[in-house]
Amino acid sequence: MMKSKENMVTVYIMGDAYNVPESSTIITAMEYSGFQLTTGVGCREGFCGACATIYREKGDYKLKGGLACQTVVTDGMTLAQIPFMPAEKPIYDLKELKPDINTIKELFPTIFRCVSCNTCTKACPQDIDVMDYIQALKKGNIAEAADISFDCIRCGLCALRCPAEIVQYNAATLARRLYGSYLAKKSPEVDESIEDIKAGKYDKELEELTKMDRKTLSEKYYARETKLR
Amino acid sequence: MYPDYMLESIKKVEQTRPQRFELAKKHGKQVYPPMGEKERGDILANYHPDYKDDALREVQVGPNKGEKLTAKVSDMLESHTRIDPKKFDLNKPDHVTDVLVIGAGSAGMSAAITAAGNGSKVIIATKLRLGDSNSMMAQGGIQAADQKDDSPILHYLDIMGGGHFDNKPELVKAFVKDAPSAIKWLSDLGVMFDKNPDGSMMVKPGGGTCRSRMHSTRDYTGAGICRVLRDEVYNLPDKIKYLEYNPVVELILDDKGQAAGAITYHLGTKQYSIIKAKSVIISTGGYGRLHIRGYETTNHYGATADGLMLAYRAGVKLLYMDSVQYHPTGAIFPEQIVGFLCTEKIRTMGAQPVNKNGELFVYPLEPRDVEASSFIRESHERNLGITTPKGLRGIWLDSPLVDMINGEGAINKYLPAMHRQYARFDIDIAKYPMLVFPTLHYQNGGIEINKDAETTIPGLYVAGEATGGVHGRNRLMGNSQMDLIVFGRRSGLHASERVKKGVKFGKMSLEHVYSYEKEVDEINIDKNKIAPILLPDYIPNHVKEKQVDTEYFGTLI
Ligand SMILES: Cc1cc2nc3c(=O)[nH]c(=O)nc-3n(C[C@H](O)[C@H](O)[C@H](O)COP(=O)(O)OP(=O)(O)OC[C@H]3O[C@@H](n4cnc5c(N)ncnc54)[C@H](O)[C@@H]3O)c2cc1C
Ligand code: SF4
Ligand code: SF4
Repeated sequence: MMKSKENMVTVYIMGDAYNVPESSTIITAMEYSGFQLTTGVGCREGFCGACATIYREKGDYKLKGGLACQTVVTDGMTLAQIPFMPAEKPIYDLKELKPDINTIKELFPTIFRCVSCNTCTKACPQDIDVMDYIQALKKGNIAEAADISFDCIRCGLCALRCPAEIVQYNAATLARRLYGSYLAKKSPEVDESIEDIKAGKYDKELEELTKMDRKTLSEKYYARETKLR
Repeated sequence: MYPDYMLESIKKVEQTRPQRFELAKKHGKQVYPPMGEKERGDILANYHPDYKDDALREVQVGPNKGEKLTAKVSDMLESHTRIDPKKFDLNKPDHVTDVLVIGAGSAGMSAAITAAGNGSKVIIATKLRLGDSNSMMAQGGIQAADQKDDSPILHYLDIMGGGHFDNKPELVKAFVKDAPSAIKWLSDLGVMFDKNPDGSMMVKPGGGTCRSRMHSTRDYTGAGICRVLRDEVYNLPDKIKYLEYNPVVELILDDKGQAAGAITYHLGTKQYSIIKAKSVIISTGGYGRLHIRGYETTNHYGATADGLMLAYRAGVKLLYMDSVQYHPTGAIFPEQIVGFLCTEKIRTMGAQPVNKNGELFVYPLEPRDVEASSFIRESHERNLGITTPKGLRGIWLDSPLVDMINGEGAINKYLPAMHRQYARFDIDIAKYPMLVFPTLHYQNGGIEINKDAETTIPGLYVAGEATGGVHGRNRLMGNSQMDLIVFGRRSGLHASERVKKGVKFGKMSLEHVYSYEKEVDEINIDKNKIAPILLPDYIPNHVKEKQVDTEYFGTLI
């Protein structure tokens, strides 16, 4: 059951050949080769989008994109990291915006140049239907764009490949913020709980709790009733 | 995909699944009896890594001198400074600002936005990029008692009980009272919380909660929040300036003992800069990358406890640095994701931990330290774990139950990050269970603060995972994400209020660095051992031998 010695493969990091264990991800392959990473690395778990990397596999003409922390190397792979995207980001005050198509037109005029080539969707390491959320935004359907783009980690790979120079992820961020603050149904129970706290409803009891000795507090804790939904 | 021998054990899990599903239908989450006080105490004492003989060691320098701390933390604190103080002319700062925020996770960015909103000029200095942090990675949820069947009183009790009653009461009180308004603040900024069709918050329970109060944004809760805060920081260029790849390596005080700024070090150009500031907020997060006791970690690349070192060297006490949080469910297979988090939300949605025979052995939602200890007992002492090809041992988290309980497609809809993580390795967690074991997750203790997030040094504030006291000796799921917002905002508010009142600087000084060096010299610490560590060091030895004149960031691992 136990593997005795690991098989090695050759990868080309910015053109140079290195021998690395075959189970390496691109990140661990680079470290194994001696690179002390300060850029192109972040959470190392697929959540932060810092480690966008482009690569080509042996015998394949296609340029692929992936997250270095999530992509396992293959023998003959050639790769380079894209640690930063010099993309445009419009500045706005969310409170001044309206959640409609005019806002999108004003802040992201480029998305109306989309030629529906689907390159962005193919480039996305999160398997998001990027083109679909861009199309939704073009129609002013902010809720749909917010929903489709939800898992975007802002790695930049879509924008890198887009022939229309669209910065999809920034438009998606705006869509989600507009949805969250304007379009989502309100949650009145949250406001009511804030009112209760402001009115001092719990102050006396909380004050008593903070003064309570450990034993009494512990008894109260273990005696509390659990009611889960 | 799983190798054949694991599939055999999975068959047993599948055999017991219908029965366990019936149990869940009948008893909800309570498919196994929760432990009482004594049982909890026993299992912790016998199996939790913190209770091992060599887990703790007396620290020999600084404000906690003589106190037993997690051994690796003592090792780190007994380190030299990275700088030669003589080389810095503090009269010539490179940047001058009202508020300096160190670290750009959700604690730091809420602090910056709040301080800017209160009229302060802010600089954020951070190690990697804005938002590259543990905050971005949180999956499961954020707690607030804002539902009709809940109250800040019950939230208070849960936090205190979870923390073994070692929490600082004034901090917990502030926390539970601020939590609902923090949810509202985030909603107004555009965070997309999961909601029921009528608009009410969709809440779930968490380990150690007596009510369902876990709010979420699918299983990207940390990102759902952190990316909104980051966008807001980008939108305030006139008020907030940010310096990326610029970790702080020392604080600057003045000769009256107030906070006066910090020294940063650029990871690319290797230049140092002096920042002068009237208030300083440390929000540098936790210490997973110290790999305490050799554990793998869920934490981001820069989680090296730098803030602890900065504050400690300046003379601030640390609280509860003898307690480490191991998350019960870290992945141990496939090997590329070893140590990665399998969010507690999988259990809150009904997944059950079972052993190699498919048997339940613990209530799925015990507080984390108790749950983790029971996994260690099951895998090792009782020998009912499953061993991976790399020799790691763990138990099954039976995830297919999530779809059975919540309807087909629930995993895809509410746990997309988890689903994707395993799908990348050809494992569909809606069909197959996940192999898990505890992983190093969270720094329970940290720098001592009061309810205004202020330390004993005037003008020095701390927020987020770097602080100690809110969670006592064990944090519950969802309370860290809330901690970031509550104390992030409190620190930002009080730091900027201090600026408004007017700060009279004395002479800028690094005297504290000299005197700490003296203490470290007295115990003969190797000159090459330096902290803050900045980044861990993963270069293999056979390569290092050839990197003859290379400097490494981490000196501890
Ligand atoms: C995988 C994972 C899942 C989690 N899930 C949950 C959950 O569901 N619910 C919950 O409540 N909690 C969860 N947590 C815990 C919670 O997310 C963290 O405790 C929290 O995000 C810490 O936030 P912070 O702002 O204090 O620190 P961080 O978010 O870690 O940010 C610290 C920042 O400081 C920077 N920094 C570090 N050192 C320096 C330096 N020397 N100079 C300048 N900058 C520096 C870092 O680069 C980073 O930007 C999870 C944690 C992890 C790792
Ligand atoms: S949508 Fe674009 S930025 Fe977002 S994850 Fe996909 S490729 Fe990366
Ligand atoms: S790559 Fe650009 S042009 Fe092509 S579909 Fe995507 S957004 Fe449209």
